[in-house]
Amino acid sequence: MGVMTEGKITDINELKRIAKNVRINILHMLTLAGSGHTGGSLSAADVAVAIYFSRMKFNPGDPSWEERDRFVLSKGHAAPLIYAIMAEAGYFREDTIETLRKTGSPLQGHPCSALLPGIEISTGSLGQGLSVANGMALGLRLDGNPARVYCIMGDGEVQEGQVWEAAMTAAHYKIDNICAVVDNNGLQIDGPVEKVMGIEPLHDKWAAFGWHVMDIDGHNMQEILDALGEAETVKGRPSIIIANTTKGKGVSFFENKVEYHGVAPTREEFDRAVKEIHND
Amino acid sequence: MTELQNTRQEAQNPVQAHSGHITEKKPKATRDAYGETLLELGKRRPDIVALDADLSGSTKTAKFAREFPDRFFNMGVAEQDMIGTAAGLALTGKVPFASTFAVFETGRAWDQIRLAVCYSNTNVKLVATHGGITVGEDGASHQALEDIALMRALPNMMVIVPADASETASAISAVADHKGPVYVRLGRAKVPYVMPDDYTFTPGKAFVFHIGKDVTIIAAGIMVDIAQKAAEILAGEGIDAGVVNMSTIKPLDEETLLRVAETSGLIVTAEEHSVIGGLGGSVCEFLSENHPVTVRRIGVRDTFGCSGSPGDLLKRYGLTAGDIVETVKNSI
Repeated sequence: MGVMTEGKITDINELKRIAKNVRINILHMLTLAGSGHTGGSLSAADVAVAIYFSRMKFNPGDPSWEERDRFVLSKGHAAPLIYAIMAEAGYFREDTIETLRKTGSPLQGHPCSALLPGIEISTGSLGQGLSVANGMALGLRLDGNPARVYCIMGDGEVQEGQVWEAAMTAAHYKIDNICAVVDNNGLQIDGPVEKVMGIEPLHDKWAAFGWHVMDIDGHNMQEILDALGEAETVKGRPSIIIANTTKGKGVSFFENKVEYHGVAPTREEFDRAVKEIHND
Repeated sequence: MTELQNTRQEAQNPVQAHSGHITEKKPKATRDAYGETLLELGKRRPDIVALDADLSGSTKTAKFAREFPDRFFNMGVAEQDMIGTAAGLALTGKVPFASTFAVFETGRAWDQIRLAVCYSNTNVKLVATHGGITVGEDGASHQALEDIALMRALPNMMVIVPADASETASAISAVADHKGPVYVRLGRAKVPYVMPDDYTFTPGKAFVFHIGKDVTIIAAGIMVDIAQKAAEILAGEGIDAGVVNMSTIKPLDEETLLRVAETSGLIVTAEEHSVIGGLGGSVCEFLSENHPVTVRRIGVRDTFGCSGSPGDLLKRYGLTAGDIVETVKNSI
């Protein structure tokens, strides 16, 4: 895929096809790596694919192109998702994903900006991405650069206090060139989010912090596209999409299974999963 | 001519020769020099932005804020968010100076500094004030005694502790030109001028006032002035004591350290910081592997500070010229 400056993909079937491919590549690299975060990579896949391929301007041949839109994977453990998307977009050869988590690979267990051009900021310690996204949005605004910033967080992640510091900052500085997403899949490592440390009412919390909040089905491509479009029209305040998702989405035997938060598929599970995704 | 002036006249630096002359000026806090230099840099360089966490009046970034309100971001009492935001600004080509008290900057936001600044190698300048016990009356919660250790342990981080207002001004300019993460530790209290008029700070270069035949005191920050006073007292007692201003603690000026260790059989480090992990720790680590000599560390000895006047606290924690003199005499 070449420079994504124009002719962004709006065809829903094409986006769904890309999302399937991304899911298969996520499972492929996780299976080869033998470890990694399956559930949260799959739950955020549809939103992330829509952001990259329907909205963002970027140039895999020039990852630091100034006019590019920026993407921050604040939930860094979903690294396989961003790697699968970058492979799809042409940032690197597709077989690079087979080096995930291997010694010397640019595809670290959590994204590393110093090793992989196209990753804007290293993440992995939760709660930090939104602050960085705000900083980029402020810098772009100072320069009169119309580029936008996207940031995907996990639902467990918003238990981090820094997220709410950043939430205040975005509203205080009227940052409207940012669109955040909470991948609201309901599960975190130790169990259901509401059982571990409740975050509800999530919509009201973000609204009270001054954000334009959109609740969607995070696996409905049309709803995702509509929300991303709406975010661009909101002026004077930041936008957030609460994407209600299913952890492990796309593979029935991973779905809503807390034990697949941080476990890679076996070879056998991979083969079954790929069949399911193809038949979907 | 006093011994102190003698000592200064012998000043030699590997990079440039100095007259050693210091114009008589009233003591000034390094944070004041920072505020003024940041403002001047801001006038020349539109890429410079500043952030603060509700302490801009104390850290002196308020000067910059008044002149350049669009390039100043008060983040409120939210240090972690401040560091992340600074990293984001750096990623768009800005040169962010993020300031608050040293305790909060390095402690509250350490993980953010580690991940978004050092690991991501973003061009963020952390300039913290209120380092050390001379914070005074606010007490231990506000006295950073571990900040140098915390910052020094991080890959990609440069650590600078200027000795006076003029070195601060020079260091801040150098930091703005340096590409990569830097931690600059400044103080609250007024400090005398100790660096020669024609001195220019170079990252990674120590300034050698004099290498002593008997002992050399390696100092940083406010302890450079105190070390010179100690050297003067020692000279009066027939002990040839040198003084080195090791203002860049990381990367350590290893060449100068080796030169000093080869001449002086005894080295005393002096810092307004815990003896664990700071300047003394750095010097010991390097010399024990490369040129073992006896090293004695002057610093706060694994304890917290307390409220009091800066002068009282320097006495209480053993950071006076008299303490250095005593340590030297007990070690020779």
